[in-house]
Amino acid sequence: MAKAAAKGLSFYYGDFRALKNLDLVVHENRVTALIGPSGCGKSTFLRCFNRMHDLYPGNRYEGEIRLYPDDTNLLAPGVDPIEVRMRLSMVFQKPNPFPKSVFENVAYGLRVRGERSRRALADKIEAALHGAALWDEVKDRLHEPAFNLSGGQQQRLCIARALATDPEILLFDEPTSALDPIATASIEELITELKKHVTILIVTHNMQQAARVSDYTAYMYLGELIEFGVTDELFIKPKNKQTEDYITGRFG
Amino acid sequence: MAAVPGDISVTPPSGAMAARLAHRRSRIVREKAIELVLFLAAMVSVFTTAGIVYVLVKESVAFFQHVPLLDFLTDTQWTPLFDDAHFGIVVLLSGTLTSSLVALAIAIPLGTFIAIYLSEFAPFSVREVAKPFLELLGGVPTIIYGYFALLFITPILQWFYPELPGFNLLSAGIVMGIMIVPYVASISEDAMRAVPMSLREGSYAMGATRYQTAIKVVVPAAFSGIASAYILGISRAVGETMILAVAAGMQPNLTLNPLEPAATITAYIVQVALGDLPHGSVGYQTIFAAGLTLMLFTLACNVAGHMLRKAFRETY
Repeated sequence: MAKAAAKGLSFYYGDFRALKNLDLVVHENRVTALIGPSGCGKSTFLRCFNRMHDLYPGNRYEGEIRLYPDDTNLLAPGVDPIEVRMRLSMVFQKPNPFPKSVFENVAYGLRVRGERSRRALADKIEAALHGAALWDEVKDRLHEPAFNLSGGQQQRLCIARALATDPEILLFDEPTSALDPIATASIEELITELKKHVTILIVTHNMQQAARVSDYTAYMYLGELIEFGVTDELFIKPKNKQTEDYITGRFG
Repeated sequence: MAAVPGDISVTPPSGAMAARLAHRRSRIVREKAIELVLFLAAMVSVFTTAGIVYVLVKESVAFFQHVPLLDFLTDTQWTPLFDDAHFGIVVLLSGTLTSSLVALAIAIPLGTFIAIYLSEFAPFSVREVAKPFLELLGGVPTIIYGYFALLFITPILQWFYPELPGFNLLSAGIVMGIMIVPYVASISEDAMRAVPMSLREGSYAMGATRYQTAIKVVVPAAFSGIASAYILGISRAVGETMILAVAAGMQPNLTLNPLEPAATITAYIVQVALGDLPHGSVGYQTIFAAGLTLMLFTLACNVAGHMLRKAFRETY
């Protein structure tokens, strides 16, 4: 079932057209990976979903991103980007915990939404930390600064922070590019676990990662969507020559 | 020649090799000379500081041979030039403290608000115009601020409160606060701008507004820098001279009421330094004791600021 769909999406940094007329369906409770060489627009595409581009002047969207089941166009001029971000969470390339305690980091989104009850916060934070497979490691350090955690733990903390607000789609922007192989493996395992409950869209530089964690893969090049399909098929039998060159390592 | 393990004997260089090495020698000499010049330049500031401390301490020691330290700290009158001389530094400290508190009550909130606005809210074009103006405000000579306080702010205050004397700590403190705003704002803004964009994006991505992001993420992340801006503001307030000498009156007055005139440590030093007191007299030595007090006070501020920064240092 479709959770979201980009329809004829183009994006401009000033006069530069970074995304060209993209169409893509994000399936519910599945992992969709965006792959492609540096500068192909995969991160730009991901950041359209939660309107991160609105933070900087001179950016412009064209086309639509529909979010289902209510069929809202996330890019419509009347839609407040803050409301969009209330529904979709994002995990970034480098772990970016706030200069606060572990507890307050996960509580952040809930507090922003006006949650005040200590009890509700504690319950949701525990659930989110369990969800991010971090609870056992931090349950005795909830009030320590988040910076005391290791890199991999910080990234799982950021995932917990994103999960705490019960997002409809979780956006991952190369979440393991700053992590070592062991931390990467734990994040990948976590992604596989998370998709039971949440729809995931992930940008990755690492084709093996896309092959390991995703159900659907989209290959992008120079702002265009070259090929989109079921991951196993795309990796074994790509229909497009460019995709084949990229995934076999002849290019990129 | 067969190499013998452990043999480290070296053939002496000759010919072209010797010429190349000679060049190296001259380079080393040049390098050393430059290092020496730079070292001496750095030493000038160290020796100057040491010299100032030496003179202050030497004259103060002479002063404290006439006036017991206990009297200096506990006497409630400051009348060093009278026949019945009293040397209670508390009197001058009260003026310094009161005017500084008034100044900081203005500079810290205003400076912080300006910094938050410029760093987090202002569009690029506004910031590009506002920041140079702000820094210009910091470059206005303080004597001008002094007249501004005396001839402009005091009359306005008297409008609201007619009993206000022509010289008072309030008006001087307010203007001093305005003078300090640019320092606090500029340094705090630099600290906030140094907060990586990734932290802000993390906050926005959670659905936070600009205001929430600024208050809950950027300000805490920049706290050590903001704290040092405050400390610098305090040092400026405590050391400020001209505004107080012009607008606050020069009468020693033990008070914490900003509506009264009073002399501060700095204003007293100006007053005495301009007069014709004989060298070596107790009256002359008072300015060194007062100067030493002032220096210890700002030193304490700087140490406190340093500790505060260390305690709150953020590693993003």
